[in-house]
Parts: sequence; C-alpha cells; structure tokens
Amino acid sequence: MKILVCITNVPDTTAKISFTDNDTKLNKNGVQFIIGPYDDYALARGVELKEQSGGCLTVLHVGEADAEPQIRKALAIGADDAIRVNADPQDSYFTAAQIAHIASQNSYDLILMGRESIDYNSGVVHGLVGEMLGIPSYSPVMKLDLDGNNATITREIDGGKEVLKAPLPLVLGCQEPIAEWKIPNMRGIMTARTKPLNVVEPVSVDDMTAPQTYQLPAPKGACKMIPADQAETLIKLLQTEAKVL
Amino acid sequence: MSVLIYVELDNSSIKKTSLEAVAYGAKVASQTGGQAVVLALGKAENAELEKAGQYGATKVLHAADGKLEHENSLAFADALVQAATQEGSKIIILSKSGLSDAMAARAAAKLKAGIVSGVTALPETNGAFKVTRAIFTGKAFATTEIKSDIKVLVVRKNAIEIDESALNGGSATVEAFQPALRDSDFTASVVSIEKADSELSLTEAEIIVSGGRGMKGPEHWQPLIDLAKALGAATGCSKPVSDLDWRPHHEHIGQTGIKVAPNLYIACGISGAIQHLAGVNGSKCIVVINKDPEAPFFKAADYGIVGDVFDILPKLTEAAKSLK
Repeated sequence: MKILVCITNVPDTTAKISFTDNDTKLNKNGVQFIIGPYDDYALARGVELKEQSGGCLTVLHVGEADAEPQIRKALAIGADDAIRVNADPQDSYFTAAQIAHIASQNSYDLILMGRESIDYNSGVVHGLVGEMLGIPSYSPVMKLDLDGNNATITREIDGGKEVLKAPLPLVLGCQEPIAEWKIPNMRGIMTARTKPLNVVEPVSVDDMTAPQTYQLPAPKGACKMIPADQAETLIKLLQTEAKVL
Repeated sequence: MSVLIYVELDNSSIKKTSLEAVAYGAKVASQTGGQAVVLALGKAENAELEKAGQYGATKVLHAADGKLEHENSLAFADALVQAATQEGSKIIILSKSGLSDAMAARAAAKLKAGIVSGVTALPETNGAFKVTRAIFTGKAFATTEIKSDIKVLVVRKNAIEIDESALNGGSATVEAFQPALRDSDFTASVVSIEKADSELSLTEAEIIVSGGRGMKGPEHWQPLIDLAKALGAATGCSKPVSDLDWRPHHEHIGQTGIKVAPNLYIACGISGAIQHLAGVNGSKCIVVINKDPEAPFFKAADYGIVGDVFDILPKLTEAAKSLK
C-alpha cells in the first residue's frame, strides 16, 4: 500500500489577514502557519491506514522552504518521507499539475488531501489531480476504510451522506470525522529529523491565470441593539428596514 | 460563442442557487456577446427546465439518461465537457457546491481551462477577463485574470442580485442531449444514501436560524426550531454543538463546516468565534442573540439583542407568525 498525502501550509484559522506590496502579497508578519486543518485529517487517516496495512506514506507539499517546519511535523506524525516541490504556486491548476506529475512517477494506491485549503477555499485540486491522472476522485470524504483493493467511502452530500465502494487507486478530498488529528510524540519528533525530505523543482505548466491582487472586505457598520423586553420589534425591523423578510 | 451554465437538479427541480447561476451566466453572455446555454443532467419535466429562460437562457440541453440520476462528478464532468464542445462554449459557469467543485475541476483539467472557484461578482470583460472571488473563508477577496481560452467559473450564492419581479417571460427551448458515457466513470457502486429530504438545505436557504452552546443542550432546541418554522428557515449550529452531537454534523456552519450566504442569519447563543464567523460572513443581514454583551459576534452583527435566548425566541416566533 503506497499512500500520498498532500498538505498545504496556511495561516492559522484565527490569523488576522492583511496584505503588503500594493495588495499583491499576503502579509506573513506575525502570522502562525499550520498544516491545513482538512489536510491534517487526511494525514491522520493516512497514517492509520498505513499502520494497518504496513505500507508506506509520503507527504507532498507544493510550496516554498518556509513550509519545512510543517512538513517535518507531518513526518513526526507518521509519514515515512516527504517531497517538497520548490515553487510558489499561482493557482490550483499549477499545484494540481505538480501533484499529478509526482504521482505519475510513483504508483500510489491512495492520494489523500483536504477537501479544500483554508486560504483559497477552492476545493478543486483533488478533482484536477484525479482527471490529470485519469483516476476517480471523491470529496468531501468523512469516512474511509480499505478492504484489499477496494475502498469504502462515506461522502457528505447536500443534507446527508452517501456510501460508495470503489476500487483503488483513488484521489480523495477529506474532512472530519475521518480521523482524529494526531499530535506528534517525542519519538516521532526525533525520528522526523532524519527522515528524507526531498526537494524537487516544478515541471513547467502553462499559466492559466495571472498573479492576483487582494482586497479586504468593507468594514461592517455598527450593530443596532434592541432591548430584550422589546425583542418582538426585531421582526418588524427585519421586514421594513433590512428588508430581508 | 456561448456561455454554458450547469444547473443542479434536486427532486427534478432546478436548485435556486443554480437559477442564480443562470442569471449570472446570461449577464456574462450579454457582456461577451453570446448566448446562455444551460445543461441539466437527470430527470426533470420540460416545464421546469424552461424556467431557465426566465433567467435569460435561450436553450437547455437535457440529458435524462437513467445513469445520470445519481450524482456522479466523473460522469457529470464528462457530460459538461461534451456539451461545452458541442456548443463551442468558452465560458462555463456552475453554482458552488461539493458536486459542482468536483465536476468543474475535472472538466477544467480535460479542457485545459483556468478554473476559479468562489466567484463573488460579475467578471470584468473589457480587455482582460478578470474575476473576483472570496478567499480566506470570506476574510478577504482576490481578483484574478484568467488567461486560458476556456474559462471555468464556480460562483458563490448572491454573486448577482436577482429582482424576481423583473424576470422576463422568456422561455428556453429544451433539447435532448445524449453524452457518451464511459464505463470508467461508473467504477464506484453506491452502497447507501441517507438524505434528510424534508429539511431545507442550508446552502439554498434564504433564512437560517442557528444555535450554539448557549442553547444548553439538544433537548432545548424546540424554541429555535419553532422560530425557524415560523420564518420558513433552515436550522444550523456551531462546531461545538455538532462535536457534542447535540445536532447532526451536516448542520455545522463555520470554517470547517458548511459556508452559508443567506439573506438573514439569526445566531442564538453563539459567541462568534472567528471560525464560525468565517462560515457566515457571506450573509446579507446577521442577527445575534446572546446573554453576554461582550460576545464577539455582536461586532459582526447588523442587529443584536442581549438577553436569555429562551425568553427571546418565543417572542420572535409570535411576531413572525403574525407577519402572515
């Protein structure tokens, strides 16, 4: 069983977002970076499946060197080795093309990642990778079990869930409650230092988009407070003033 | 040149968010001098599909193949690509959902098309083709130029204002469409589907009443459900509530749950952690009811009431009932 887990390196969910260089770059000053929370679920389940089946797990990141502490953390959690594609990806297409290129050189049975990155929220990389490799992709996956060469997948659908049985190989976008997040232990942290982290250069991909510019939302106006003993007047205000009823 | 819009069907009806996507696509078509063509996959009556005409579509391609009855992003992406090729569409538009992101991605890879998901407004089409989308779960926006010949846009709810009263009486012609389906798109078998049919879907809902830990326990949810019923609203919850199993996981709204963009969001006993706000910041109007005047949610709210939710909810329900 060969498993590839793709991780993003993103600002912590509580980070205050701002931009620099004429709104063309994220201001990383004082921002704590983490493994994408959805990717963390994918990693945790990947490690469990690897331990069950006795396979090997590679963690892959497409991004710059400042992500290495997060990649080492993934190694400490249980990945056997890591690959970093040394690039500053401009869009989902570029990232997916890099992942597909790495995957095409190694026949992975499972390619796991989060349902979306929490910075750009596109949720399209797994689908792009699946199509580029010519294998099925499913998302968002809440439960994943393997039985030989078959996977049983529970997917969230609008207002419910569906259970699918599908043969490997597969690309899956994961979310909770697929596994509990894992915290690296001391032994994991020590061994992670010597596990291989291979840095490779990106393959060239046609630019689908141009560099983007960023904006912050307009500040919200003041909140109109209604005394609790006149709560019922809210409904009238929502109808006549806010015009949402 | 045409704009192709994929509409999602739910129980043989076009989803409301998909009708918005049709209106959006029709606007893009008129900006770029083309026609708006709609693709629908699965069972639906012609009378229902013709509705797309009121939102500006001229033609609806309808594939009613029984194999497309169950949502399958692989086969749906194939059908979308074939429709785009048949119609010579350079712009493909979908309304954001789990299904549409998956099929848009696969279609974009097949067509070597640039894809932008989470679009919040009409594109700029004079000169470079530029779109704006929400990023960092709505904490910021990015404007991106798409340079590829074919462009795929996945559009968020409320990306375009629709004046229902000003809809024209236009009707679209419905054409049968038969995509060639590949066996390789059907390697997965469906074991089971669990769907709460009667419930209003959160992503489609115009009004949402949502509860947090301040509701004190699953047995106290009735006043919230009563208000939701009176307003015709869907019910949601915060992450701790779904983690504690007070409410089902598919009701969880927030950064790692469902992102919603209703006209009205009423938060009951939710303090407003930044992760929850990230899931609701697309809402037009936010009401916060909380006993703690310092709750951070008030800073993001349009209307606030400081007090006990169990006193306030029944009063609101009574007032909502008397609206009708």
